[in-house]
Amino acid sequence: MMLGTASGRKRRGKAISDPGPLPKYTGRFGEQQAERLLWRAGFGPKPGEAAALAKHGMRHAVLSLTRPSNQRLVGPAPQLENGQPIEPFDVWGNDVLWWLDRMVRSRAQLIERMTLTWHDWFATSNEQVNSQRLMINQNWTMRNRCLSSFPRMLTAITIDPAMQLYLSLAGSTKQDPNENYARELQELFTLGVDDGYTEMDVREQARALTGWTYTWNADTGQPDDFRFEATLHDDGVKVIYGHHGNFSWRDSLRLVLHHPDHPKFFVTKLWSYFSAEPLSARDTKAAEYLYVSSGKQIRPLVEAMLMHPTLHAGQRMVKPPIVQLAGMLRGIGRYIDTDAWAWESSQIGQMPFYPPNVSGWDATRWLNTGTWLARFNLTAEMIGQQRALDPSKVKVKADPKAMTKQAIDFWGKPTISAPGRHALAAYAQAAAVDSASASWEREQYPVLTLNALRALVVATPDYQTS
Amino acid sequence: MRQPTCSCNDFDRAQLLRRGAAQAGRGLPVIEPGMPMPAGTGLNRRSFMLSATGMLLSVYGAGRLLDTAAFEAGIANAASTPNGRVLVSVYLQGGIDSMSVLCPVGDPLYSTYRKVLGLPEGAGPTFTEDPRLQWHPQAAPLATLHAEGKVSALPTIGYTDPMNQSHFTSRHYYEVGAMDANLLTGWLGRYLDVVGTADNPLQGLCLDDSLQPALATAKVPVATIDLPSDYSFYAEGVWGPPQDLMYGAFRSLGEVGVRSGDVGLKESGQAAVMSTTLREQLLPFQPAPNATAPALPAGYPTAGDSFPARMAAVAQMLAAGLPITCATVTTDSVFDTHESQASSFTSGLGEAVQTLYAFQRDLEARGLADRVLTVVWSEFGRRPQENASAGTDHGAAGCGFVIGENAAGKMIGEWQGLASGLDSLGNLTETADFRSLYCSVLEQWLGQDAAQIIPGASSLPRVTVVQ
Repeated sequence: MMLGTASGRKRRGKAISDPGPLPKYTGRFGEQQAERLLWRAGFGPKPGEAAALAKHGMRHAVLSLTRPSNQRLVGPAPQLENGQPIEPFDVWGNDVLWWLDRMVRSRAQLIERMTLTWHDWFATSNEQVNSQRLMINQNWTMRNRCLSSFPRMLTAITIDPAMQLYLSLAGSTKQDPNENYARELQELFTLGVDDGYTEMDVREQARALTGWTYTWNADTGQPDDFRFEATLHDDGVKVIYGHHGNFSWRDSLRLVLHHPDHPKFFVTKLWSYFSAEPLSARDTKAAEYLYVSSGKQIRPLVEAMLMHPTLHAGQRMVKPPIVQLAGMLRGIGRYIDTDAWAWESSQIGQMPFYPPNVSGWDATRWLNTGTWLARFNLTAEMIGQQRALDPSKVKVKADPKAMTKQAIDFWGKPTISAPGRHALAAYAQAAAVDSASASWEREQYPVLTLNALRALVVATPDYQTS
Repeated sequence: MRQPTCSCNDFDRAQLLRRGAAQAGRGLPVIEPGMPMPAGTGLNRRSFMLSATGMLLSVYGAGRLLDTAAFEAGIANAASTPNGRVLVSVYLQGGIDSMSVLCPVGDPLYSTYRKVLGLPEGAGPTFTEDPRLQWHPQAAPLATLHAEGKVSALPTIGYTDPMNQSHFTSRHYYEVGAMDANLLTGWLGRYLDVVGTADNPLQGLCLDDSLQPALATAKVPVATIDLPSDYSFYAEGVWGPPQDLMYGAFRSLGEVGVRSGDVGLKESGQAAVMSTTLREQLLPFQPAPNATAPALPAGYPTAGDSFPARMAAVAQMLAAGLPITCATVTTDSVFDTHESQASSFTSGLGEAVQTLYAFQRDLEARGLADRVLTVVWSEFGRRPQENASAGTDHGAAGCGFVIGENAAGKMIGEWQGLASGLDSLGNLTETADFRSLYCSVLEQWLGQDAAQIIPGASSLPRVTVVQ
């Protein structure tokens, strides 16, 4: 295919010179550092897991996540409250349970976490797709490529039926090109809003991407047989980023992946999933170099990011809601035994398979007065009547410090800083000791207080963040 | 082959970002850093409202409008702004097809552009100010309010050159009140920064599950709430004094985070502190123990969507004297109708309009109508030329409405016609700039010099929004 460059159009691309590698964290890698790593790159530690991981040292800890030796699911299979198995393809919310179960049980925690990252990156909502089967198929497409190369990922996503339905690519034809996918491909997936492309590029990319269609299967009531048909493709000459050619959909992806603004967008966005603090300009360049020189591989970049000093020693980050939900289950050794988690995930602000829009979830605003309430009430559901202590059956010694420790241990001994522990103990003193005068109060209030303390541990800023 | 699978993206809520700079309110956490702890005024307010609790809850149960006289004290206490005026912003999400709200049936080119989606003449009430336009049948309640002089229609509101057809960018412009991709505060947020106080998060209230960027402030606190009746905390196996004291523990734990010096801990701690404050302010709205869910007052659609319930809640909270200055609400319906537009559009518009009508009547019944002005907006209109999927693609100028007893009731801008009113991309050109509308609302309704709020206000023409 002939490529021409429009006259008068400046090319901004320059060969990137090697700025040297990304820096590596060299400080202490103890239980607390391992705990953070497991929350940032997975769904939190099971009891004892952080201490075990710390023994391997930072580098091997990271590699154990990025190169897992096995991907088995450990623990009982998911079921509903009535003991029946879940039906991920057919029953509302069971798709969420299916994935949440993998988050809780998978030995390959980073694989699930990266799948969540790609789900946010290429946000597709079943609200529009209306097929849990297609959504779960897409989920496997992302999981199977989650650490491969971005060009492979982008190619697979572009022809993914759920995505094609969501962004109107299926049915976009020569006669009626639909701009939806072309716009978000550039704005959200590869370049960033208004960065290096024009409204005309959107229209021309849309033409290059035409030709996809499907058949409505009247028997199943589902779309079926997604395919490319050359007769529906516009094979005329397009002008994209100043290049002329009768571009195909593969050319469309190649052009956007070779766009000089893509590497910076890619590494900046990928990093934002691991840290709320931006990379320095120098480290961004280093990450871009690693990305481009590796042939746009994902795994080497993720490994370098997980070893970066800012990840281990930087500011704390609010846990994404679904990460916290899965991590709470892991912490108390609970598995999928109810469909409550499907609607609870919506309440706390992150229902998998239902991102709010094509730009994914807003990770800078997980917490507000609404989602904070939902996170607290989620804790009540998590503890449940089954795990709540019954004052008619158990006794608790009214010792504020000991009670605080018991409450923290309940969640698998997460790290709670001293000021947080002091605030919990102060509450225990007031509620279990100072409020109790009658003898039945002195017996029962410590039990009620310990129930409340367990909920309050989750309400600490320490637990809400990693 | 085609099913209504649409669509681009629904950008509901304010959950935009994790993207480039053109995101409304980017960088502004819902809970403002450095916000002072709420002062003790909450106690008086709470006790006043507690005394009114019985009446509020009975209205929920009875499902009818309140006797307005009962709330005189509450209204007197409101003092939300010096003149007690309230601005409600209603966002029709997704870019509503203005040509299907006010259909230009009298435009000779209408049937050419809208072969499939066009409505016949006489299908809905005529727009009396320009008989070429006709309300959609589902918009008839707006025509009724218009006939009473309570609706100003903007048939082509927008901005010029370059009209950005990204949902996110265009919405951002509307939210921040400027064509500035990097502006971090919303236009209502900047207004509240001037007139608001440090101890009243309800002054800017977003009824949603996350903050609408228009309310993003730089200084004063604002709040989000899903529905006031829903704001209650629950812990398993906890009651009596250990439960009562638990709420205070929220605050102490939050303060630990606020004082920590760590960005993440502070963000989490501020959420805890604000949630505790909000809980105290909303205590009167809790249904009594064992009460059934609150019912909506008469007239609101009861399909179970959030939008009617939230609008009803705005009226109810204002009636109870809660100190709200600006409230924002978003429709459940997404008007991003790339495919098979007619069905989803019709039901979505029906619910939106019926709710707006019921809200106006609710305010009137409560004696609040002279205090509230409602601005209805969407991020853009859609392309006049319908597409081959019986839908419409992103366009430029679209429609907006100003509703209220004090609304001027006169069209703002005009319908230029399809022959001359399109830009080079085939989209409608604006006849009223959204920033002109904002400046005029600020000055004529809220009594605030727009120069402090809207960038470039001095060079923007003003329109008449208030009688």
